[in-house]
Amino acid sequence: MSAQTAEHGTMTLKLIVWRQAGPGKQGRFETYTAKNITPHHSFLEMLDVVNEELILEGKEPIAFDHDCREGICGMCSQVVNGVPHGGQERTTVCQLHMRKFKDGDTIYIEPWRARAFPILKDLVVDRGALDKLIQEGGYISARTGGVPDANATPISKADADYSMDAAECIGCGACVAACPNGAAMLFTGAKVAQLASLPQGQVEAPVRVADMIQAMQECGFGNCSNHYECQAACPKGIDVKFIARLNREFLKALFKSKAGSHVFAGE
Amino acid sequence: MILDGKCPTGPIEKTWDKHRFDMKLVNPANKRKYKILVVGTGLAGASAAATLGELGYNVETFCYQDSPRRAHSIAAQGGINAAKNYPNDGDSIFRLFYDTIKGGDFRAREADVWRLAQVSNNIIDQCVAQGVPFARDYAGYLDTRSFGGAQVSRTFYARGQTGQQLLLGAYSALSRQIKAGTVTLFPRTEMLDLVVVDGEAKGITVRDLVTGKVRCHTGDAVLLCTGGYVNVFYLSTNAMGCSVTAIWKAHKKGAYFANPCYTQIHPTCIPQAGEYQSKLTLMSESLRNDGRCWVPRKKGEKRPANEIPEEDRDYYLERKYPSFGNLAPRDIASRAAKEQCDDDRGVGPGGRGVYLDFRDSIKRLGEDTIRERYGNLFEMYERITDENGYKVPMRIYPAPHYVMGGLWVDYNLMSNIPGLFVLGEANFSVHGANRLGASALMQGLADGYFIIPYTVSHYLAQSKPGKVQEDHPECRKSIGEVEGSTKRLLSINGKRTVTDLMRELGTLMWENVGMTRSKESLKEAIEKIPAIREEFWKNVKVSGNGADFNQQLENAGRTADFIEFAELLARDALHRNESCGGHFRVEYQYEDGEARRDDANYCYSAAWEFKGVGKEPELHKEPLKFENVHLAVRSYK
Ligand SMILES: Cc1cc2nc3c(=O)[nH]c(=O)nc-3n(C[C@H](O)[C@H](O)[C@H](O)COP(=O)(O)OP(=O)(O)OC[C@H]3O[C@@H](n4cnc5c(N)ncnc54)[C@H](O)[C@@H]3O)c2cc1C
Ligand code: FES
Repeated sequence: MSAQTAEHGTMTLKLIVWRQAGPGKQGRFETYTAKNITPHHSFLEMLDVVNEELILEGKEPIAFDHDCREGICGMCSQVVNGVPHGGQERTTVCQLHMRKFKDGDTIYIEPWRARAFPILKDLVVDRGALDKLIQEGGYISARTGGVPDANATPISKADADYSMDAAECIGCGACVAACPNGAAMLFTGAKVAQLASLPQGQVEAPVRVADMIQAMQECGFGNCSNHYECQAACPKGIDVKFIARLNREFLKALFKSKAGSHVFAGE
Repeated sequence: MILDGKCPTGPIEKTWDKHRFDMKLVNPANKRKYKILVVGTGLAGASAAATLGELGYNVETFCYQDSPRRAHSIAAQGGINAAKNYPNDGDSIFRLFYDTIKGGDFRAREADVWRLAQVSNNIIDQCVAQGVPFARDYAGYLDTRSFGGAQVSRTFYARGQTGQQLLLGAYSALSRQIKAGTVTLFPRTEMLDLVVVDGEAKGITVRDLVTGKVRCHTGDAVLLCTGGYVNVFYLSTNAMGCSVTAIWKAHKKGAYFANPCYTQIHPTCIPQAGEYQSKLTLMSESLRNDGRCWVPRKKGEKRPANEIPEEDRDYYLERKYPSFGNLAPRDIASRAAKEQCDDDRGVGPGGRGVYLDFRDSIKRLGEDTIRERYGNLFEMYERITDENGYKVPMRIYPAPHYVMGGLWVDYNLMSNIPGLFVLGEANFSVHGANRLGASALMQGLADGYFIIPYTVSHYLAQSKPGKVQEDHPECRKSIGEVEGSTKRLLSINGKRTVTDLMRELGTLMWENVGMTRSKESLKEAIEKIPAIREEFWKNVKVSGNGADFNQQLENAGRTADFIEFAELLARDALHRNESCGGHFRVEYQYEDGEARRDDANYCYSAAWEFKGVGKEPELHKEPLKFENVHLAVRSYK
């Protein structure tokens, strides 16, 4: 229960944090102490406490991305003790709470590490490659206006739910950071599956999957070798079955070779 | 000065159609010669940029996050309204219009609200076509639920992530235009000034948040879609980066700020746990469909919730508002919760909380149904509080959430500065003094997909493209000012952090200008804010430098703007000697504690003109006429 704060003592933690002044600069680990942390602090609030002290000491605070702090915007991105978002099931690092740690713990904090995500500063990386993937085909080309009534085409609840399961992706990139190959298969698979499972998304399905797969290669994402670390790290629990769906959609596209051909021509 | 909203006249059902026909069009071949700057990529900005790109305009769009998909629209949980009347339960465009006017406590323009209700249906069609996976029933048709302030079921939803799904829909349309080359995206870029040339909005000055470089972008029209300013209270349900900065800078360049005192406090948020807290988390109001609000009857009750028998519980909303019960509108539900806690019957730490109890609906519908409807909300609640909402009632408390006030715009969504348009939460247009649940998403998308493409074209059709270029003296002056203020912030090197000062401001605003306000509390705030401003500029400590990724500097700039703006908010609240919607003045209430509006003297929108920092702003009034809905006491009993 919540009145615990008073009963629990506060914690002191040792933080070992990746600091890097800018893109391409040499980075290093630095050690800090987080004091007076209660179990109710969120992980980022714990970092706020450390940063406030650093600022008052005239030192540069630790840069990290965050915005909504409620697990939905996908902005926060930290590898905590080797695991993207810190390893609590279906939880972003901004929703991780300090009750998961003990007094005296040592915590390693690093940025996402992947070829497609260059480090900008400390824990902040550039995830523009994920936007690029969507730009290459992660949409249904419905211009504003001139669309049919929303209830014109019934969609089975099962399909709608499946599509929604895939659509829950928050685009944080933890799947890429968790993958030993830095692949974006889960991210791409989720988008492809979301749209391919709806009637209105089927017209463009072959082109979409072909274009997105090509973009994955161009953006520097690696290949999938079925490690499935991505699903474990995903704060929304996106299922690897969507990777299988991606592969199936790609095969289907191959048969409709007109759309798929330009991908293979290049290989 | 008396302001004119330029509303079309005639029968209200025809106003928008007629106006659309009367507006000028831009020749398709000329569209790409016009550059439109769209600041913000939330529902309003992304839908506007995508649609304008589709039309062939040359669009540049900006956001402070690393991706347009992270705008705070993403966090909306509950749903989006539309007058589809799919359930056949008596809904219509007129009813949605009526509910919105009444819900707004008769402080919005009829014609704007009518248009919103009219295009609401197109929004749902558009989103479905984009692949937004709305909830469906077993026959495959769209499902709806009810929300506060309405007796029909008109809210469409996608689990507890409606805002996310709508935003991803708009973001996908935007991405398609980026690929097509009609829209250029500038993420991690913050607008810090508006450039006005010969009285017209012609550009913005921005800081690249990665390199620190300050530059100007010029265009033929500027659209501000930068969201709300409720972070002026420091703790709120908004994201950490939400600020008043973009619209405040525009205000300082001449744009009128309307009804800043109309702020919305959301009744169902997770109570604050400690001093270190950085933000508050909303629990969707849709929970009130199945959860019952109650507090113990006895003051200072010590028993845990589950041991308090039925006769010792006070279901205060059901008691006070029998016909709306737990679905009473937000302002009413929030004040009712505060009243219970002020009466020493609150629960949880510090007695700042009320119960939201699912026991009865779990009994009636089963835990699985409740899980299906709200599973992710229960999970979120447990992650934050370590309590299981299926087993013990949730604890909730009101928190700052949304703002109805914003830059003044006319019927075309254009501010008093020609060429400056304002969309979404950043404008003041349709929600009056109080917004109904699920209506902000509707407004953002209505503005962006269905209104601005017409009204911006109408404006552009009357002006030559490319009048101002980036080497214009006004651009250089603006860059100089922005760089100057950055330098100033970095040079103070005082003893207090930005967060510390923002917390001080927020606490003052919450206590004196929050859920309830009085003449004394407002006067005190107006006295104290300048002292905070002085302290800020004397004693703030911002480390690092300007030519770098520097989050302290970003926050410092936003805080400086909040401090200036807070004074305007308090002044507006002090000038409005009535209670209406989200603005509750303790002096103006009926014996039963309900808000007492003063239509004889305050039936107008207050639009303030900037006269200098710390100087008294000038008030302009736009009178409100009600020809289709009778001005009446808003009752939910
Ligand atoms: C937790 C929560 C739940 C909600 N639930 C609902 C709901 O269920 N139904 C409903 O109808 N409404 C809901 N609302 C309200 C609704 O979500 C918002 O009012 C609406 O999404 C605002 O959209 P917007 O496009 O105006 O602004 P936002 O989505 O806030 O977007 C603002 C954009 O402007 C950019 N920006 C801001 N300042 C600058 C600057 N200076 N320079 C550059 N870019 C800038 C940001 O980067 C962002 O892209 C909820 C709000 C919250 C906070
Ligand atoms: S900060 Fe938005 S998901 Fe973590």
